[in-house]
Amino acid sequence: MKQADPRTARVVIVGASAGGTSAAEALRARGHEGPIILIGSEQHAPYDRPPLSKQVLGSAPVDSATLALRGKDHLRDLGIEERYGVTADDLDLARRRVELSDGTAAEFDRLIIATGVAARKLPHAEGLAGVHTLRTIDDALKLRSALTEASRVVVIGGGFLGTEVAAAAAGQGAGVTIASSSRTLLQSAVGELIGQQVTDLHRGNRVRVRAGSEGRVRTLQSRGGRVSGVTFVSGAPEPADLVVVCIGSEPAVDWLRFSGLAVEDGVQCASDCSAAEGVYAVGDVATWHNPRFNMSMRVEHRTNATEQALHVAERIMAGDRTPYAPVPYFWSDQYDLKLQAHGYLRGHDEVHVAEGDLTSRRLIALYRRGPALTGVLAVGAAKALRQWRSRIESGMNWDDAIGLT
Amino acid sequence: MKFDIELDKCVGAGVCAIAAPKVFDQNDDDGIIVVLNPSPSPDQEAAVRDAAVRCPAAVIKLTEQ
Ligand SMILES: Cc1cc2nc3c(=O)[nH]c(=O)nc-3n(C[C@H](O)[C@H](O)[C@H](O)COP(=O)(O)OP(=O)(O)OC[C@H]3O[C@@H](n4cnc5c(N)ncnc54)[C@H](O)[C@@H]3O)c2cc1C
Ligand code: SF4
Repeated sequence: MKQADPRTARVVIVGASAGGTSAAEALRARGHEGPIILIGSEQHAPYDRPPLSKQVLGSAPVDSATLALRGKDHLRDLGIEERYGVTADDLDLARRRVELSDGTAAEFDRLIIATGVAARKLPHAEGLAGVHTLRTIDDALKLRSALTEASRVVVIGGGFLGTEVAAAAAGQGAGVTIASSSRTLLQSAVGELIGQQVTDLHRGNRVRVRAGSEGRVRTLQSRGGRVSGVTFVSGAPEPADLVVVCIGSEPAVDWLRFSGLAVEDGVQCASDCSAAEGVYAVGDVATWHNPRFNMSMRVEHRTNATEQALHVAERIMAGDRTPYAPVPYFWSDQYDLKLQAHGYLRGHDEVHVAEGDLTSRRLIALYRRGPALTGVLAVGAAKALRQWRSRIESGMNWDDAIGLT
Repeated sequence: MKFDIELDKCVGAGVCAIAAPKVFDQNDDDGIIVVLNPSPSPDQEAAVRDAAVRCPAAVIKLTEQ
């Protein structure tokens, strides 16, 4: 297929959050002058999600300007057509158009899919009062107000979201239990060794942690349409007037069902992040092959959404297929500690603590996959962390890395 | 060029220091941005612009071209 001149090509971006906004902006920064249509289902102008489980759930008020991803009018001034409150329902690749919920269609020369993920729900909890999930600002405001009245909170899920929500809830004075079916909190994200330290940190902050079969939920109990407790595969049930379900997410690919694109566990992309000719995916929704780690990944981290969007904007403007080979990065706030990690930690073969522990507020842990250093996690060691990052970038072998500790 | 920093929004990601190491550094404790050079020379401009775009918390605002 003959592609239009990239500078004047009509670009449609579906999903108006971190990935979509960055892509629009980056296209303009690289000299794109044609129409850019930014479509997002949420009514709100683009805002940032990480504060939703941190500042927004705290006691201090947060105004919407701090959450906004871009200053008011910034995107409009760049000549970007913003269409909020409109959902893409279908993609017709042959006719190169996206069908929208308002009955119109958006035609494109290039398409960027940035629809992110949606919170996974607990089956059978639909419609039960007092049961929350957290993905959007509307979710966060509802949860914030529910927290001020709750006295017994059960958080289901011991990943980043669950642990941050539990910490926030404990800060509001409620009795908090966090339930995880893994042996430790954050186990799949950072491994058991560091996961155990995070578990101890929560216990030290008066959060009750149920792990393993004691933390595997059987059902929610309710009374008069409102949740009243949680039962588990083993151990005593927990009474609850507020349950926050943080059991992961599902890529928002429903609208692509009939498109012909491969969408199992996200939009399947080649290493340059293209999913079809002139069609790309970025952010939480995109699975691509990362040549640096020689593996397929889908990364639900804030900085990746921006980085991947910049990469795709460059590919569109350059018209080439340079692979996207980042060292992923994430951070998570746990009470007053900030965990930061570079690399790919999931599915690692070994963890080595190079320095310290959480209790001393300084920790550096290295992660191995195969023969190579593939990840580093740190607390209170920002500079050392950057050094380790460049060693991951250079593909340092594990034994050499250990030799440096 | 000149820029403004909104310190209280910084999440300590360090993307700025990776993109423009001559202009930005981080506080070792919490990773919060430290400005090494408040008026970078023209050869640093592209790097600072890159840092501003990549920063996940939009902390760095370019004020003067
Ligand atoms: C509470 C919370 C805390 C977080 N904390 C951290 C953290 O500390 N560190 C970190 O690294 N990451 C964190 N993250 C993850 C980070 O926010 C995400 O990686 C980032 O938001 C991904 O951006 P995205 O643009 O890919 O997708 P999203 O932010 O999910 O945005 C996708 C957008 O597309 C819209 N959309 C979906 N389907 C359609 C459709 N069919 N038509 C139109 N629009 C559609 C959605 O409504 C949404 O607005 C957190 C996430 C949450 C929810
Ligand atoms: S990239 Fe942004 S958030 Fe991260 S340290 Fe620099 S200024 Fe702070």
